[in-house]
Amino acid sequence: MESARQSEPLLTATIFVPLVAALGFALLPGTSDDSRRRITTMRIAATLLAAIPLILMVVAWLRFDGTGQFELLESTRWIPTLGVGYKVGIDGVSLPLAAMTALLFVASIAYPVDFGGRAPRYLALMLFLESASLGVFLALDMFLFYVFWDLSLVGMFFLIGAWGHDGAQRSALKFFLYTLAGSLALLLGIIGIYLKTDPRTFDIPTIIEQGVLPAGGAYSTLVFLGMFLGFAIKTPMVPFHTWLPPAHVDAPAPASAILAGVLLKMGTYGFFRFLMQMLPGTFERFAPALGVLAVISIIYGALVALAQTNLKRLVAYTSVNHMGYVILGLAAAGWAVTGEERAQAIALTGAVVEMVAHGLITGALFLISGSVLTRARTYEIDALGGLAGRSPALTGTTAVAAFASLGLPGLAGFVAEFQIFAGTLSIQPWLAGVGLLGIVLTAALFLRMLQKVFLGALPDRWREWTDLSPAETVPLAALLAMVLVIGVIPFWLLDVIDSTATAFTGP
Amino acid sequence: MSQQEMSREMTASLGDIVPELILLGGGIAILLYALFAPRRAQVGAALLALAISVAAATATIAMLDGGQTLTFFDTYSTDDVALWSKLIILVATIAVIALSVPWFIRDPRHGEYYMLLLFSSLGAALLAGASDLMEIVMAIVLSSATGYILVAYHRRSKLASEAAIKYFLISALTSSSMLIGVALLFGLAGTTTLSGLRDGLPDDAAALVVGAALIVAALAFKMGCLPAHAWMPDVAQGAPAPVAAFVTTVPKVGGLVALARLVSVLPDTVGWRPLVALLAAATMTLGNLAALWQEDVRRLLGWSAVSQTGYALMALAALGRSGLAIPSLMYFLLAYVVANIAAFGVVVELRGRTDRASYAGLARAHPLLAMSLVIAFLSLIGIPPLVGFGAKLALFTAAIEADYGWLAIVAAANTVVSIFYYARVMAPAYFDDATAPVPVLGRWAASATYVLTATIIVAGIAAEPVLESLRGALLLPR
Repeated sequence: MESARQSEPLLTATIFVPLVAALGFALLPGTSDDSRRRITTMRIAATLLAAIPLILMVVAWLRFDGTGQFELLESTRWIPTLGVGYKVGIDGVSLPLAAMTALLFVASIAYPVDFGGRAPRYLALMLFLESASLGVFLALDMFLFYVFWDLSLVGMFFLIGAWGHDGAQRSALKFFLYTLAGSLALLLGIIGIYLKTDPRTFDIPTIIEQGVLPAGGAYSTLVFLGMFLGFAIKTPMVPFHTWLPPAHVDAPAPASAILAGVLLKMGTYGFFRFLMQMLPGTFERFAPALGVLAVISIIYGALVALAQTNLKRLVAYTSVNHMGYVILGLAAAGWAVTGEERAQAIALTGAVVEMVAHGLITGALFLISGSVLTRARTYEIDALGGLAGRSPALTGTTAVAAFASLGLPGLAGFVAEFQIFAGTLSIQPWLAGVGLLGIVLTAALFLRMLQKVFLGALPDRWREWTDLSPAETVPLAALLAMVLVIGVIPFWLLDVIDSTATAFTGP
Repeated sequence: MSQQEMSREMTASLGDIVPELILLGGGIAILLYALFAPRRAQVGAALLALAISVAAATATIAMLDGGQTLTFFDTYSTDDVALWSKLIILVATIAVIALSVPWFIRDPRHGEYYMLLLFSSLGAALLAGASDLMEIVMAIVLSSATGYILVAYHRRSKLASEAAIKYFLISALTSSSMLIGVALLFGLAGTTTLSGLRDGLPDDAAALVVGAALIVAALAFKMGCLPAHAWMPDVAQGAPAPVAAFVTTVPKVGGLVALARLVSVLPDTVGWRPLVALLAAATMTLGNLAALWQEDVRRLLGWSAVSQTGYALMALAALGRSGLAIPSLMYFLLAYVVANIAAFGVVVELRGRTDRASYAGLARAHPLLAMSLVIAFLSLIGIPPLVGFGAKLALFTAAIEADYGWLAIVAAANTVVSIFYYARVMAPAYFDDATAPVPVLGRWAASATYVLTATIIVAGIAAEPVLESLRGALLLPR
């Protein structure tokens, strides 16, 4: 049985099917004078191809045993001289993230967008980005991880620059510079760990198992700080977040959805996989600082979001706020306490659920803001109003997504935040207490946004406002259905995450 | 040793330098061909040069065996470092020949150009193998003297003449002072072979520092390292574009390897290691800062070539302290040469187009060329899985392992800076619309560029053979 599983390169196919599909689209001739029909056909084809990894992830989910170890491993030699191997596998953290990534890519690729006469290249880049993103979560070799990590930046750089609007080139460059600066700090950290392995290896399971870098000393602190910088920029944590708002605002809607839903998760995933699993001792020393930074992100993100008049900026800053919850949960899970293992496991599970929930919810919100832009040609909340009567589908999806984001019970955000705060409360009540303020603020800002955009009188200029088309409704419905499922029956997800969380914190 | 024995040993050693002999004989053959061939048949010299370079490369590959031999009375190395250098130099030469064919095709006397090209690569190849100070001098002179003519090949171009004069003046200054340096070291050790210097140099002598510094300056000139770097941007901008591709890459390979061999025999007490690290940091930083706001793409490539020399020097600072120092140097040289010539290949194919603004919309007009440019730039930045990434990773690792963590941090910061100027060319090429039609040169230059681009990807993923072959390589036999 075991060998039969090994013989199917399930995860490798998950990564490389979209890559091959991307190459195919890249080779298609340009379409500056294309018929709408051909474009639609291409989009449907790309959506179907993007769905293959999703199906494969479902298969992987069914085969996942939850042993607390890495499962479904596939590996081969690559650069043995340097200790580099090709190795992919899943555990209870990476599986949900990869599955969420696959789903969000299907929805984002299916979402109609102005291709600017370059449909094949746009679709090729999206599929390329899907491949790189899945690779980040599935890779179990630091070298391989870094390859996918950087490729995702390159893909996003071109997506924002070529299909963004307004100051897209500037935003794309800012995004590229900031996140690559973080990447290089991360790379130095990776090398720092690599140099302490014996024999030299980039293999993640081996490094976790051997605990190559015990806490204490300048060396391990520097390695930790280098990696922290890389992940904190990507997450982003205040004060490393300044690249995020312009990148989001100027990016095309599906790219924003991917940026918030998937790329930010790479940062928080890195916190867990690298800082917590590989450097647990150093993480314990820094957990209080991380907890404080997380709470600052929570409050700052919410306050700045509250002040926004631009719909997309508002959602962008709530991302900073939500990533703060994730880091708070992780800090609590890695805190230097004994006897609170169960609470720590709950906080860790909550943090991972928050990553998944935020991906789905914020992905949906960014797609919605794209629909608003195509109709209103603006993101200004004050220019909108009274749209509930004209567009029930838009109102409904936005309301569900907003309520999920502010943590309404019965939706995915609540499950996540409840667990994060439940876990944190028993470890650091003060941090949890201050962090809870963030939830109040997000509730206020989302309710105010819903009221301004959808209630009140309909301005004359929006008399001809059209509701969401089926091509927009279906992807949104798929994302929000998952939000609802996780909110109502979360156990299938919690059990998977808990298998790794418990293995990390101890029973 | 009697006269007879000496000549017998020299004849026996000829087998060690088959690639060099092929280049030498081939160069002479091309000269004769160019003299007698009619104008329309001058392009035959290019085909001849291609065949000769391929033959020399084949001979080089056949010699790769991990041996550590000195030959010609310890003056010349035929170790794997020398062979890999030769291979990189020959690959570069082959690519540059392909780029030159369409560029010079209308020049009525261009047959001899290929002779100069082959002699110049021979000079660089000799430099990479040189294990004797006099041998280094000979190689530098051969490589430079041909370089002046190549740079000034378009005699009527003011930019080219200016570049050639600058190149010549800096070269003359550094090469002549190098002779003084050689004399000083010879006086101290009583020999000019590197293996003799390793055993014979005193630990501390003012003459040793001065002599070594003068030789280092000449090698710094060859590779565009501070303080003898000033010719690089001018040559990149003013020389015929294929020559710029050649002169910014090929001599650098020879220069860096020769410098590595030289510093590895200097006593540690001279303080060469921190000096090399400082030169590395200064060179990469200056090159990057100067490239930042360049509006001229060729000049930008010139400054980027300076900064890349700085990265390569990291490997030298790690010599003897990290097992990765030599493999990372050679892998980096391969990565740099391929990517830099690919970038220049795009410039050549675009008929030397050099204004940054005129690259706008390239992705729509010529998607494959734009992609080549982007892949070359991303490799120069060090984005995986391109060849430049593995090279930088190896360099960073070697530097950190050699206790030069600060140098790795400086290099990482410089890499971030470099993203900015490379992106300033990539962004308009992809994100803007073309303002005017974009004429190109044709098949030869385009094919060479595409092959190099493919090499950037393949050599990045298949790094193992290069690194494996160089693992445990030495610069001199123990």
